[in-house]
Amino acid sequence: MNSGQPAEAPQSFYYNTGKYRGVLSWVLSTDHKRIGILYLLSVGAFFLTGVTLGLLMRLELIAPGKTVVNASTYDSLFTLHGIIMIFFFIIPGIPASLGNFFLPLMIGARDVAFPRLNLLSWWFYIVAGFLALATVVMPGGPPDVGWTFYPPYSIRTTTSVSLAAFAAFVVGFSSILTGLNFITTIHRLRAPGMGWLRMPLFPWALYATSWVQVLATPVLAITVLLLILERSFGVGFFDPVKGGDPLMFQHLFWIYSHPAVYIMILPAMGIISEVIPVFSRKAVFGYKAIVISTMAIGVVGYLVWGHHMFTTGMSEEAQLVFSLITFIVAVPSGIKVFNWVSTMYRGSIVMAPPMLFSLAFIFLFSIGGLTGLVNASVAANVHIHDTYFIVAHFHYVMFGGTGFAFFAGLHYWFPKMFGRIYNVRAALIACVVMFIGFNLLYFPLFILGWNGMPRRYYDYLPLYQPLNVLSTIGSWVLAAGILVVVINLVRGAFRGDPAGSNPWDGTTLEWQVPTPPPAENFDVIPEITHGPYHREGKAQ
Amino acid sequence: MGLSLIHKLTDGHSRGLLPRAHLDDKGSYSAVKNLPELVNDAFSLVIVISLVLLVLVTFFTVFFAVKYRRKKNPVPHEVKEPLILEITWTVIPTILVLIMFWAGWVNFVPLRRIPENAMPVKVNARMWSWQFEYENGRTSPTLNVPLGRPVKLLLHSSDVIHSFYIPEFRIKEDVVPGMENFLWINADREGEFDIFCAEYCGRGHSGMISKVVVMSSGAFHEWYEKKEEKHAAAGELSGPALMEKHGCLDCHSIDGSALVGPTFKGLFGRSQIVVTGGREMSMIADEAYIRKSILHPSDEVVKGYPDIMPSFEEDMNEEEISAVIGYLKGLK
Ligand code: HEM
Repeated sequence: MNSGQPAEAPQSFYYNTGKYRGVLSWVLSTDHKRIGILYLLSVGAFFLTGVTLGLLMRLELIAPGKTVVNASTYDSLFTLHGIIMIFFFIIPGIPASLGNFFLPLMIGARDVAFPRLNLLSWWFYIVAGFLALATVVMPGGPPDVGWTFYPPYSIRTTTSVSLAAFAAFVVGFSSILTGLNFITTIHRLRAPGMGWLRMPLFPWALYATSWVQVLATPVLAITVLLLILERSFGVGFFDPVKGGDPLMFQHLFWIYSHPAVYIMILPAMGIISEVIPVFSRKAVFGYKAIVISTMAIGVVGYLVWGHHMFTTGMSEEAQLVFSLITFIVAVPSGIKVFNWVSTMYRGSIVMAPPMLFSLAFIFLFSIGGLTGLVNASVAANVHIHDTYFIVAHFHYVMFGGTGFAFFAGLHYWFPKMFGRIYNVRAALIACVVMFIGFNLLYFPLFILGWNGMPRRYYDYLPLYQPLNVLSTIGSWVLAAGILVVVINLVRGAFRGDPAGSNPWDGTTLEWQVPTPPPAENFDVIPEITHGPYHREGKAQ
Repeated sequence: MGLSLIHKLTDGHSRGLLPRAHLDDKGSYSAVKNLPELVNDAFSLVIVISLVLLVLVTFFTVFFAVKYRRKKNPVPHEVKEPLILEITWTVIPTILVLIMFWAGWVNFVPLRRIPENAMPVKVNARMWSWQFEYENGRTSPTLNVPLGRPVKLLLHSSDVIHSFYIPEFRIKEDVVPGMENFLWINADREGEFDIFCAEYCGRGHSGMISKVVVMSSGAFHEWYEKKEEKHAAAGELSGPALMEKHGCLDCHSIDGSALVGPTFKGLFGRSQIVVTGGREMSMIADEAYIRKSILHPSDEVVKGYPDIMPSFEEDMNEEEISAVIGYLKGLK
């Protein structure tokens, strides 16, 4: 920490460039706020890339047979789309961008515990991102295995699977480092007086997420390493021809990737838990219940990976247990939804963009979560597994859930990050357009799946066409909504009206510092004397 | 160690904790209800409960958002948090999920209990076609079954993981190389129903389609006893027809374009680099080379192509192989 920080007139961190100038003052900065913005831009760029690939796929699927690309290209499209969306958008998305920027501010710290490690993790992220994109120009062409890398196919194909797997390996380290950093920050750097139960819910969510990141990600790293070894040197881990076991890969993969689902959703829930109280002018309903649910989801989430494998020929004992635990893990999520809705009861509600995005979240996430129950029911799973029902389900959870929460968070904290505000009306309209487009795009997919259309299908029987056309039209509406959001935010960042330091009347610490925050966040570290959503004291 | 333990516990072949009854036809679950109904029921139960919950949540969200909007309700009221409320909305959903879990489980078990008199059919999956093999050795590209007789499907893959899926029958199971998974069906009406591959298996995944043909018992037996066309007409089928039949053209073109495998156009007499035992060498594609590539494709793989072609040792007889080679010779 810099001890020469002037006590008076703290300057915004935008002016405090540190040792470097220009671009270097960003890419070599150890200020958590600059790193947060770096992440925001990079994550945003990957999101838009992924969306473009998604639109291309939807265009291809508007009619059976070849429409715009051939089968191999389609296979690469869904693989890259999946890898980008999972590893480069949704997993790092909220924690690394909004989390980095706001975790220290919300717990009254001057930075994260290990600022340089923080920067290193961004570099890992960027290098991994380039590796993943480099597969497109490598001999062999982009990978065509799906984001799940299932062997033996992933061992037999000659596309650049190893490079893509290595990219996942590297980005995994970025994730582990961020997790470690946040855990330490939360344990060691909370402002005096901020006991665990006075910590806001977004940091709580990041705390649970970080543990999952640290404990689960190494399993992924090992798994993809084994895959690379098998591809490069023919070691028979997974290929039955060499005495390997392909299902072992699936177990290892999902031991990481299911907890990863909670890495994706917990921070989103954290955002919703911040936004709803602020725009209802109330304390969050059931603070403790939400904290307990958050931790419960983090722990139980480790024990349900087998539900991705119900049809692989696993034993009935395993099917029984995995189905039961999967049903149980749904309960804490339900509890959270009930608490959020109850928070609005007798509140004083403003339908500002963050709130509207949050309510959209509740609806879409509920659909995603409830259809998860269908997947958890073994009898129903036998039919809908690996069909478009699953594609619809996970888009509802990841995009309708986490994606919309990300937009809620972005619109919520935007004024604090950039010191300006976007056009509120445009943001509201964009949210409505996105919501309509989203449902048009993904709801028909549930029906397609129930009618039997398998996923990762380049071509389909004509009977599936009408719903596919509807879905593709939805993708255009959704894209239009996203475009408005992007234009509105970029414009807002440069030319929006100046925002005060607390435009939404928030109660948590980040709203008590100047806008944009000074380089060291707090002149004087505040003393915490009450819970995070306490209002009475500020009524004057 | 830990991993192998996990694997033991979740491996389909270590049967242990649960009893595994083999019911005979009369006591079979199918007599109670047909199998797709079981899946439909488990699904409907979850959907109905979910809809109720979704409607409740959405109703209250919208209702509160309108009723307590700031214009009408400028001053918020802090409310008590009755513990009983938290307990209620923890306990009721827990009971609901347990009910759904149980329904899913009891409806699932019959899908895994094969009646003893079931007719076994071996399902051979490969990139990207299905083949069905009957007890008397008859093979067929479609799954022909008699009406009302349980059929047990033994799933085999000769390359990567596939998944055998009949949407109409609400049933699927992965076809994992090196492992024999199973399914059973009991068709209750005549007709033709789609078979899909539900596990992504490469470029031809979405084209890996076949049909279940449910026939009357009489029609089935007539078909079953009939000599296979293959033997009757082997000499007449030639060139393209044979290659179509065995699925060669799924991966190889005859017009010079590179698909998953090298093209057949101009193959005969071509000199090419092959990888054999990890080493590269140059080979002329002569008769012996083509024969070996059909029977033992992994021994010599053309450089730059994946080692994914299955062996046709069991599928093609000597006459067919000669016919194919004869055709390839002339394909300049
Ligand atoms: C406009 C936005 C989007 C569109 C149009 C879109 C469309 C699609 C389509 C058409 C597929 C392929 C389905 C198949 O062939 O099986 C797909 C797969 C997938 N999408 Fe999206 N998607 C979008 C956004 C997202 C987002 C935001 C996420 C994650 C947060 C996401 C995650 C995935 C994943 C993980 C897959 C599976 C890839 C695989 O099968 O390996 N998508 N999406």
